[in-house]
Amino acid sequence: MERVFQVSGVSKVYRMGDVEVHALRGVDLELYRGEFVVVLGASGSGKSTLLNILGGLDTPTSGTVKFLDHDLTSADEDERTKFRRDHVGFVFQFYNLISGLTSLENVALVAEIAQHPLDPIQSLEIVGLGNRASHYPSQLSGGEQQRVAIARAIGKRPDVLLCDEPTGALDIKTGIVVLEAIARANSELGTLTVVITHNASIADMADRVVTMIDGQISKVEAKSCKRLPRELVW
Amino acid sequence: MLLHRVLKSDLRRMWQQSVAISFLLACGIATFIMSTSAMRSLGVSRDRYYRDYRFSEVFAALTRAPQSLATRLASIPGIEQLQTRIVRSVLLDIPSMIEPASCRLVSIENDPAQGLNRICLRKGRFPDAHSRNEVIASEPFADAHRIQPGDDLIVNMDGRKEKLIIVGIGISPEFVYTVQPGLLLADDRRFGILWMPRHSMEAAFNMEGAFNNLTATLYPNASIADVLYHVDRSLKPYGGAGAYTRRDQESDCRLSDEMHQMQSMAYVTPFIFLSVSTFLFNIVLTRMIHQQKEQIASLRSFGFTRYELAFHYFKFLVFLVACGSSVGWLAGWRLSIWMTDTYSIFFRFPIVVHAFAFREAMVASLIGFLAATVGGLGALRQVVRLEPAVAMRPEPPQTLGSDWLDRAGLGKLLSPMGKMILRRVESNAMATTLSILGIAMGVAVLVLGSFMEDTIAFVMDVQFGRSQRQDIMLTFNDPKSASGFYDATHLPGVTRVEPFRAVPVRIRHGTNQYRLTLMGLTERPELYRILDEEQKPITFPEGRGLTLTKKLCELLDVQRNDMVTIEILENDRKPETMQVSSVFSNYTAPAAFLNQADLHRLMQESDRLSGVFMSVDSKEVDLLYEAVKETPAIAGVLDNNAARKSFKDLIQANTRIMRIVNSIFGVVIAIGVIYNAALIALAESSRDLATLRVIGFSRREVATVLVGEVAIITLLAIPIGLPVGYGFCYLATLAIDTETHRFPLVVSRHTFAYATLVILMAALASTLIVRRMLNQLDLVSVLKVKVS
Ligand SMILES: Nc1ncnc2c1ncn2[C@@H]1O[C@H](COP(=O)(O)OP(=O)(O)OP(=O)(O)O)[C@@H](O)[C@H]1O
Ligand SMILES: [Mg+2]
Repeated sequence: MERVFQVSGVSKVYRMGDVEVHALRGVDLELYRGEFVVVLGASGSGKSTLLNILGGLDTPTSGTVKFLDHDLTSADEDERTKFRRDHVGFVFQFYNLISGLTSLENVALVAEIAQHPLDPIQSLEIVGLGNRASHYPSQLSGGEQQRVAIARAIGKRPDVLLCDEPTGALDIKTGIVVLEAIARANSELGTLTVVITHNASIADMADRVVTMIDGQISKVEAKSCKRLPRELVW
Repeated sequence: MLLHRVLKSDLRRMWQQSVAISFLLACGIATFIMSTSAMRSLGVSRDRYYRDYRFSEVFAALTRAPQSLATRLASIPGIEQLQTRIVRSVLLDIPSMIEPASCRLVSIENDPAQGLNRICLRKGRFPDAHSRNEVIASEPFADAHRIQPGDDLIVNMDGRKEKLIIVGIGISPEFVYTVQPGLLLADDRRFGILWMPRHSMEAAFNMEGAFNNLTATLYPNASIADVLYHVDRSLKPYGGAGAYTRRDQESDCRLSDEMHQMQSMAYVTPFIFLSVSTFLFNIVLTRMIHQQKEQIASLRSFGFTRYELAFHYFKFLVFLVACGSSVGWLAGWRLSIWMTDTYSIFFRFPIVVHAFAFREAMVASLIGFLAATVGGLGALRQVVRLEPAVAMRPEPPQTLGSDWLDRAGLGKLLSPMGKMILRRVESNAMATTLSILGIAMGVAVLVLGSFMEDTIAFVMDVQFGRSQRQDIMLTFNDPKSASGFYDATHLPGVTRVEPFRAVPVRIRHGTNQYRLTLMGLTERPELYRILDEEQKPITFPEGRGLTLTKKLCELLDVQRNDMVTIEILENDRKPETMQVSSVFSNYTAPAAFLNQADLHRLMQESDRLSGVFMSVDSKEVDLLYEAVKETPAIAGVLDNNAARKSFKDLIQANTRIMRIVNSIFGVVIAIGVIYNAALIALAESSRDLATLRVIGFSRREVATVLVGEVAIITLLAIPIGLPVGYGFCYLATLAIDTETHRFPLVVSRHTFAYATLVILMAALASTLIVRRMLNQLDLVSVLKVKVS
């Protein structure tokens, strides 16, 4: 399998006055094409920090991150923007849809800047919202909004889909629908998918599970039998 | 205390906006204080100048009277001090000038530190008591010719050429403005004052033991009318041309007019500025408080009462007003010193007093404070009235009206980014409207700030282009018979000659009176034309009666067909009544016209001329001037083109400061408003913008959302601001309508274009600044926040 990310010895230190917060301490990790990876860990263990570094939103204090052949650590702001634009799809806990645009327009937004975008309608159909194209975010439920966010993220056919607690604000039923949308993107488009969650049962969907403690990876576990979202036990 | 800390963090968080808001208020207050203080300072400075240099209060010219008459005149009740003088107009031959210049020679007593209308010596010394040809030159004239003490001048004195040595250069309260009789405005190159010891003048003009001019000061409680009456009666046998007060004294009259006009401008424009800036202050404040909705709600959910919160924001308001006021006061004071000094140099006041218009400053701050409280607390009440839960919920579904775009089939043409901009502008209708209004005010102020130039250009065009078409005006020393006209037609280069008769008169109607020069013109003047409102030349048929300017009619309170009394000041004719047959409006001083033959009849004289208007072949104008310099009978020459230029220079110098201040203020307002609008747009959509950045839009692409919004509101504001600006200009012309002058309302396309351009530049500058801030947007932290 093709290696997409190679993370070696990555640390991230936040300095606030005299206090130093070590969000990451020497993380090594490799991620491969088509994989579905779930990241577990206590609050404050550094999951989001790692994900943001992978997605080019943040830079590590030390260590290197390689995406395919590109070194992300030495990239400047414009190069990282280009990286995000061409390769990364993000899904966040709070959806981050543009409130002034309809579902379809939110999805069409990325189609504008992507090189080989999906048809926005098709993206919406993948997440099961083909019939809600003209609704504004404020007219959708939280789960539906999150699915629009997923449609937006996969609309550009990203190489990697990064989801930070995508079901964090949702109930079980809606959470499952959202996870199904993510899983579908992963299997149909073969996108490397990284999902951060606090919910250990989601780990059953994964090819691999990464557990973080206190800024370090404590355990990487390969799953032999992958479950479908609706088979998860919460 | 928690709220105290919240206040501090509010200020820290919103310091850019707070600075911008206070700055708007500071600007309004500063211009207000600047102008009012400067005007007060100038008034005080002038009064001190007049007092310390003993500017007299009564003036009279006569043909010739024995010095013995002075004692009798001095005993007229009410007169404090009286001084007789000899005053003569002479032509000068200045090598560097082709055309002749003229000067007024004014006699001075041996001891210049005594007497009235004392000279303030700027350079050199007073003439030696026994010298024959030493003089002091007036500073404006000396400056115009770069004359230094020790230089000499060739003067044509009653046909004899004499060389005068300039030993000193000075100014006097009597000649703050040195205006050639019959002229609109001062021309310091062609007209000046020379002060000469009395004994020299007596010798030069055969005036031993005689005088032809007097000035006097009055006791504070003197009856001016009585004094004038007695002086006139005593001077009548000696060719007295009517005594007059400062109101009719050329220099003071013009200075007062000028200062009055400046004063009106000094109140009106800054007052408009102040209103605009408080209005903007209010707008921005309101928007800022609306932005605080969530914070207010969470504070309320902690259990703070409405009153505590209101008081908290009230302190915030007070802080902003206090900042704005103190900056405004300091800047206003500093600027008023600058303005006073600049005008003092312009008027050449030797004494400069800096006064602070404390009351106006208090009023300005109070206005700012009231506006802030009313507006701020109003906005606050709305916000506080919301239940905490309501305020903390994300915005309810907005009615997004721009589906009309889709319905019109235009939706497809717009990118999602374009739609984002349009919908933001639309869905924040209130905020958008306020921003548009604010920017429109900026446009309006810019128009107001520069329209004076258009008005002046228009007046100039009417006055010099269409009305006065003569190239040259010659005035004679003494009224000439018809032969003067004949002589004039034979001067070199003259292609057309038009005679005129000018007589100093006093026009009375009831208790109102006005002193001016009554012009007797030919029936259909071709060169010196008088135009009515429709720019059509007015004719003066014989026997028709008087033609007066509208301003003069207002001053005298007469209507068309009313009768007025004409009192001739040049000889002792009995006053006669005459009908006002037509009235027209002009833009310069009040004036009265009559058919020349009718004027002769009134004067009981045969054809006598005061001067001629001439068209001259431009190639032969030098020859003409040569000839004129050799003609002793000619008292003055006025080159119309030169007059036009000096008029323009003077007005421009006069209005320069106001123009600069107005433009700066307009630009500051424009930037202040647009900058605020952009800041607020950034604050309100920072989450959306960060999201765009996260999903891969570049900084430039994301900036277009902000730029687009600013562009839309700016473009919408311009068509509103231009007509509002026109309205402001109208208010300004009403305000500068003085006793003697009227201003037309003329705003050129040029001014509108200038205002538009400046606003566009301000929009560009503001968006550039805000774009820099956009680049520093923290992408990660925005994603952690829940509420949009
Ligand atoms: N901008 C920042 N400044 C300072 N410290 C930060 C910053 N962002 C994160 N941290 C710190 O870094 C550590 C890791 O944060 P991170 O957001 O990665 O945790 P997380 O595992 O995602 O937690 P959660 O499950 O609660 O989202 C935390 O201790 C956090 O306080
Ligand atoms: Mg996290």
